[in-house]
Amino acid sequence: MGQIWEIVIKYWPMYLRGAGVTLYLSILGTVFGFIIGLLAGIIRSIPVPEDGWKRILLRAVNAILAVYIAIFRGTPMIVQAMVIYYGAAQAGFEMDRMAAGIMIVSINTGAYMAEIIRGGIISIDTGQFEAAQALGMNPVQTMTKVVLPQAIRNILPAIGNEFVINIKDTSVLNVISITELYFQTSTVAGIHFSFFGPFFIACILYFIMTYAVTRILRMVEKRLDGPKNYALTSRARKGKGVQYGEGN
Amino acid sequence: MEKVIEIRHLSKSFGTHGVLKDIDFTINKGEVVCVIGASGSGKSTLLRCINLLEKPSGGEILYNGTNILDKRNSIYSYRARLGMVFQQFNLFHNLNVLTNCVVAQRQVLKRPLEEARKIAMKYLEVVGMEQYLDARPMQLSGGQQQRVAIARALSMEPDVMLFDEPTSALDPEMVGEVLNVMKHLAEAGLTMLVVTHEMGFAKDVADRVVFMDQGVIMEEGSPEQVLIHPQKDRTREFLKRTLRT
Repeated sequence: MGQIWEIVIKYWPMYLRGAGVTLYLSILGTVFGFIIGLLAGIIRSIPVPEDGWKRILLRAVNAILAVYIAIFRGTPMIVQAMVIYYGAAQAGFEMDRMAAGIMIVSINTGAYMAEIIRGGIISIDTGQFEAAQALGMNPVQTMTKVVLPQAIRNILPAIGNEFVINIKDTSVLNVISITELYFQTSTVAGIHFSFFGPFFIACILYFIMTYAVTRILRMVEKRLDGPKNYALTSRARKGKGVQYGEGN
Repeated sequence: MEKVIEIRHLSKSFGTHGVLKDIDFTINKGEVVCVIGASGSGKSTLLRCINLLEKPSGGEILYNGTNILDKRNSIYSYRARLGMVFQQFNLFHNLNVLTNCVVAQRQVLKRPLEEARKIAMKYLEVVGMEQYLDARPMQLSGGQQQRVAIARALSMEPDVMLFDEPTSALDPEMVGEVLNVMKHLAEAGLTMLVVTHEMGFAKDVADRVVFMDQGVIMEEGSPEQVLIHPQKDRTREFLKRTLRT
């Protein structure tokens, strides 16, 4: 115990910086991944028109998205990081490490999110689509006002999952020398000539981050669900300023 | 009489199965038309074809004289002119009662928020749900949900209201409250097309009753003609079966 405490006192700025980078990468990666997934998921859930150039276009885009999803879900992120970062370097682009890291996490998360969001959309009862259509809403209005709010609420646990996975899996980005928590911990271990202590501290830090994120998202879910009960609206709220009943 | 919707030679098939066959049918302004018939007779499909939730396979649908199947006409503004009430209510689960009645007014009709709210309140009062503005659909009973759904459709101030078996999914004790609202609307002169199994409602409220069987209109006339003195064997058979229960 004393040994661990000694490491904390000596190296806490490195741990803190590492945890900061890890959070930064996973937050941005999850947000951008969500945006990529939202677009891809929506496009993939559009029914293919019966004829015309729109059919050909949508088919082509769907095929590209299918390839993207298959490749990024089908290969490990650690390998993607190496291929993209060093591939770019070989092609003559010197990528900023942090930017490369964010990009890799984002497109990786996007591939998973696309399927999560498509699943969320198709889980919405067709009656919701029909009611919106029957009121004269166009597909964009139907999506933004009716379907997506419900779909996103339903997939929030899955989105939270992706976030937690990202906090842990950004550790693989140490292979392209991003100074996230794992990288910093290895450095501490190298200086201190011991492994258990430094990595035990990293373990605690990772857990604090993932647990905090889980709790925060649970709170967001509850917020979105709104109050469990509703109050009957009093007559006065009708805005007429007229009170009904006796005494008025 | 002024025709609001005129259907000519309408047909609809799902694959090789013909659901509607050469339907000719008119709804006049201010009229209440009830469509009755067994399950699978095509009555719901007819209603869904009218607001293009199903794409007709052939024929014409004229709305105030213009063919709405013509691709140049906007289906969105046409649909906004028709109110639709579904068997399963289909209220938007993510929105409270008031917003359910406001959202399409804002999005489709581009009404200002204050005006949209006022109109929504007016129709929520008509259906007796004005005290439930903040409630979410899932917190309401079936009958209450259906009344909100009627207010939502009315808030668009449509020319015609289409009802697709509005009481079929309700518990028996809630059927009455919904039928009462509909009766009230009929008396107020609203043009209504109602697909229903409620023979009592058809008899009391309808100006005209249409009996559908196997995708065709078998018999059509006043409630008395169709329900009390039916001419066709199929109609008699159907009525005997439904009235017994």
